[in-house]
Amino acid sequence: MTAALSIERLEVVFDRFRALKGVDLEVREGESYGLVGESGSGKSTLLKAITGLAPVAGGAITVNGKTLGKTRDKAFYRDVQMVFQDPYGSLHPRQTVDRLLQEPLAIHGIAHGEKRIERALDEVGLGNGFRFRYAHQLSGGQRQRVAIARALILEPSILLLDEPTSALDASVQAEVLNLLEEVRRRRKLTFLMVSHDLAIITHMCERLMVMQNGEAVETLTASQLIGHRVSEDYTRNLLRASEGFVRTA
Amino acid sequence: MTASDAGSLSRREWLLSERPASRMQARLGRAYVAWRRFTANRLAVVGLLIILGLVVVAALAGMLAPYSPTVGDLKNARLLAPSAAHWFGTDDLGRDIYSRIVYGSRWTLYVVILVAIIAAPIGLLVGTVAGYAGGWTDAILMRITDIFLAFPKLVLALAFVAALGPGIENAVLAIAITSWPPYARIARAETLTVRNSDYIKAVQLMGASPFRIVLRHIMPLCISSLIIRVTLDMAGIILTAAGLGFLGLGAQPPLPEWGAMIASGRRFILDQWWVAGAPGAAILIVSLGFNLLGDGLRDALDPRSGDQ
Repeated sequence: MTAALSIERLEVVFDRFRALKGVDLEVREGESYGLVGESGSGKSTLLKAITGLAPVAGGAITVNGKTLGKTRDKAFYRDVQMVFQDPYGSLHPRQTVDRLLQEPLAIHGIAHGEKRIERALDEVGLGNGFRFRYAHQLSGGQRQRVAIARALILEPSILLLDEPTSALDASVQAEVLNLLEEVRRRRKLTFLMVSHDLAIITHMCERLMVMQNGEAVETLTASQLIGHRVSEDYTRNLLRASEGFVRTA
Repeated sequence: MTASDAGSLSRREWLLSERPASRMQARLGRAYVAWRRFTANRLAVVGLLIILGLVVVAALAGMLAPYSPTVGDLKNARLLAPSAAHWFGTDDLGRDIYSRIVYGSRWTLYVVILVAIIAAPIGLLVGTVAGYAGGWTDAILMRITDIFLAFPKLVLALAFVAALGPGIENAVLAIAITSWPPYARIARAETLTVRNSDYIKAVQLMGASPFRIVLRHIMPLCISSLIIRVTLDMAGIILTAAGLGFLGLGAQPPLPEWGAMIASGRRFILDQWWVAGAPGAAILIVSLGFNLLGDGLRDALDPRSGDQ
C-alpha cells in the first residue's frame, strides 16, 4: 500500500504560538485514520494545515506522491476535500442546496452538473425534495449530509473530517457515521478524521494518533486502543476519561 | 405557477412550501416571506406608496401638468395664490407651481437614482475587497474612506461643485462622491463578520478565487444591509441636492428642481408663502416616504432579524 498522505515534521505557527511542533503522519491509501486529543492539542490545526487554511512554518506535506508548496492549486482540491464540524455554520445562509452543490462544479468547470447534483444528493440519502431548500429549512443531520455531498461532488480521494458529528445528537450521529462508512467503502476513500470521542474513533478508524500540545504522543491501532495496550500515560488518562463518560451514560 | 399547481394547492401554500421543486419556486418563496414581513409594517407600505406615487408622477408628468414648467405668464399670472386654475399658485415669473413640482419630481428621481447607482456599488466594492483582503489593501482603502468621512458631506459636495461648476449633473457627481464612504464601512463590517465563517472556508476549499468569493458569496450577504442604508440615505440625498439647488450650485434656472424653487421663493416667503412652501412640502413628503420605506425594508431584509 502506498501513502495517500504523508506529513513530515510539520510546524504551524500562529503569530508566536507554535500550534504544531514537528508532527509526522502517514495515512495509507484507503485507510481511515483517526486523530484524537483534547481541545487545543492541534488536531484540527493539522487538517487546516493540509488544506492550506493554517500558516505552515516548516515541514512537508505530500498528497498522492505530490509534495505541496505554499499555495494549493485547483487539482489539489479535487483530491482533498473537507467536512466541517458545525453543520450550522458551514452552509451559506443565502444559498439553496442546489446552489451550494453547483458552486464546486462551476469552479472546476465540470459539465453535466444536473446529473451530478442529483447523484450526490441520492448518495447521501437526501432526495430531490431537498434540492431547492435553504440551509435554515434543514435539520442538523440533513445539513451535515449536504456538507458531505458537497465534499464528495468533486470526487476526491481523501476526505478530511473535522469532528463531523460532534454538533449532532446521538441518533443522528450514528446515521451520519454510517453514511460516512458507506461512502468510504463504496468509493474507496481515504479518511483522516479528527474527534475527541474515542468510541467514534475506534468504530471508524483502523489506526490513530494521539496528540497533545501540538505534538504526537503515540500512534496506535484501533485494536490496541480497545485492548488498552497503550504505552503513554497521557493516552491512559484519555481512556480513563472516556470510560468515566461511558459509566455515567 | 401553472394551473395544476393552483388546483392542488393554493398559491400561498405553493410559495411557502418546505419542499420547493425548482429554483424559481425557492426564490419566489423567499421573496414572498420578505414581502409579508414588509407589509406587516403599515407605515412601510405608506412609504412604498409615496415612492410609487413619485415614480408615477415623474413618468406621467407630461399628462399631469396643466401648464409648462418653464414658460410663465408674466403679464397676468405673477404670484397668484392657490386657486382652481393654479392649484399651488404661481411664482414670480408667472409659472404654475403645481406643474413645476410635477416636472421637478423627475429631477428628484434622477438625482436619487443616479447617486444610488454610482455610490452604492463603489461602497460595496471598496468595503468587501478591504474586508476580505485585509492587511495593506484594507489599511489603504479604509484610510481613503476615512479621508472622505472626515469632511462634512455638504461642505465636501460644495467644494466639488465649486470645482466642477454648477449644474445638476455635477451636483449628482458631488453627492455620489461624498456618500459612498458609509456604504464602504457597512460592507466592510459585514464582510469581517462572514469572512472567517466555515461556509466561506468551504468555498475556499473548493478552490474558488478570491474574486469569485467576494462577488458571489460575500456581496450577496452585504447587499440587504446596503439597500436598507441607501434607502434611508435617500432622504438625505434629496435634501443635499435641494440644498445645493438652494445655494445656486445644483440645478440652474429654469430647471424646476425643488431646492432651487425654494431658493427663488424665499424672497416672498412671508407674503406669498406657497412659492417656497409647495416645493418644501414635496421634499418633506418624498423624504418621509423614503425613510418609512427604509424602515420597512430593515424589518423585511435584515438578516439579523429572523431566520433568513
